Amino acid sequence: MARDLSVRIGSLELPNPLIAASGCFGYGLEYDEVVDLSALGGVCVKGLFMTEREGHPPPRIVETPAGMINAIGLQGIGVHRFVREKLPLLRERGARVFVNVCGTTVDEYVEVSKVLSQAAGVSALELNISCPNIKEGGIQFGCSLMGTSAVVSAVRKATHLPIIPKLTPNVTDVASFARAAEDAGADAVSLVNTFLAMAIDVETRRPTITNVLGGLSGPAIRPIAVRMVWECAQDVKIPIIGMGGITNARDTLEFLLAGATAVQIGTANFVDPFVWSKVLAGLEDYLERHGIDRLSDLIGAFDPTPPTAVHA
Amino acid sequence: MPPLDVDATVMANRRLSRDYNVLTLSAAEIGTRTRAGQFVMVRPTGMTETLLRRPFSVFEIVRDARGAPIAITILNKRAGRTTNRLYEAEPGDRIACLGPLGRPFTAVSAPSEAWMVAGGVGLAPFATLAEALAAAGTPTTLFYGARSGQELFHLDFFDRLGVTLVLATEDGSRGERGRVTQPLDRALASRAPGSTMIYACGPEPMLAAVAEVAGRHQQPCEVSVERTMGCGMGGCYSCVIRVRHGAEAARFVRSCISGPVFDGAEIVWD
Repeated sequence: MARDLSVRIGSLELPNPLIAASGCFGYGLEYDEVVDLSALGGVCVKGLFMTEREGHPPPRIVETPAGMINAIGLQGIGVHRFVREKLPLLRERGARVFVNVCGTTVDEYVEVSKVLSQAAGVSALELNISCPNIKEGGIQFGCSLMGTSAVVSAVRKATHLPIIPKLTPNVTDVASFARAAEDAGADAVSLVNTFLAMAIDVETRRPTITNVLGGLSGPAIRPIAVRMVWECAQDVKIPIIGMGGITNARDTLEFLLAGATAVQIGTANFVDPFVWSKVLAGLEDYLERHGIDRLSDLIGAFDPTPPTAVHA
Repeated sequence: MPPLDVDATVMANRRLSRDYNVLTLSAAEIGTRTRAGQFVMVRPTGMTETLLRRPFSVFEIVRDARGAPIAITILNKRAGRTTNRLYEAEPGDRIACLGPLGRPFTAVSAPSEAWMVAGGVGLAPFATLAEALAAAGTPTTLFYGARSGQELFHLDFFDRLGVTLVLATEDGSRGERGRVTQPLDRALASRAPGSTMIYACGPEPMLAAVAEVAGRHQQPCEVSVERTMGCGMGGCYSCVIRVRHGAEAARFVRSCISGPVFDGAEIVWD
């Protein structure tokens, strides 16, 4: 019997919990030849402001143990060009399009959200209040409870689409931000964005990337991200989209058990653009082995009973 | 055609010097699809010290007696963890190859001449380009510069294809002492504008110099760049380079999908 991998994020029904993470999948169409975009739970496209942005000068990434630091600086084509040039093609391919909405002011988040709400083919808005790599906006809102509430409630008034603030892990208590987002009318939250990080080239004694600071992603951050998802899951009722270093079905299940309803995969897609079908096959296999019909039954099914001691 | 991800086996590892080697990889399907100038994203299977793949030009397409591709090779130079591992690879090791990727060179045909300019490991895309040019009957010259004569590789290969060789080394141990752009500049002085397609691959200062020389002599020029790359597919926006089309404002484009081969006149060098 075919296993049911579908999950629900508010009013959205996704065929499976795998969403391409923003900033790691271009505008989706870059992967058109290697991935059936309609077979993914969703495609979260690169962050969009009202206007085009150039981003930071390269080098923009450096590899670190089990991960990478990036400071791309949200290079992007702006919301109008996206709606004109990319969205119709994504729609044609049957992708469930999540758009990562950026802003330097609350008004800009509202304006970008309005443009996307009037366009056909957007499934949800992910509010980027957590990018560590831009000077104005973004993480400024995500690092303040008032800023988080202000962005979410303003966008809430401007759109009928599901809104999903993307939370930063660069705060003391991420669950309080999830609560603020929920109270302000968010339909779900996604977490975690990258950890603010830095790597020095000791030979030259200079930075490894032009922006000096960047965001750490990849397997290195996964255990911290799982902990944060678990903390949020105990504090909010809205669905959580978990992410941080997921590379396979096991990692996906870890986030689901901790309380995530869906997950995003980012860095692993850089290493293997064919990762999606492998993770889906791994999830099916897990359900088969455990005799579970519906993947959604595993959401939050983490059992805190202490592990049985194993003596080597 | 979509790129393939092939879990290739190392068939041979020819160590050319203390830093350079050529790995033969059983990725016949990639070889079949590759056009000169395209690249593969490579990662030793099971390597845990690094995460991301690294870009390599397809160096050679190895063919059987009937001309069917059976493998590709990559030209590797030790510079970091992945390249050290690739230098030390043994036959039987497995290496994941994603490709072919990127925009290839535009191969010209007679009466135009083709002049390839390689610096160091920048030789990598020119073996396949030389084959394509030879098949088209295009008169071809290779200007090839390296640190020393011991780091000038594969000269016989180009010689057999009928490629004219112009060599330069920094230490003067073979060919002209100094930069390879010097003999290029002199030779171009006697060429009619628009008669010679210049192809270049090597360190960026060399590419900028070649683009300048080509522009001054009114010759078309394609350069293959290498920027720090994350995915090779256009997903991460790491490998950008500033490009100006005509009268448009310069902007960052991804060298993995808009390149790695660019019109040398359009690049805004740092």
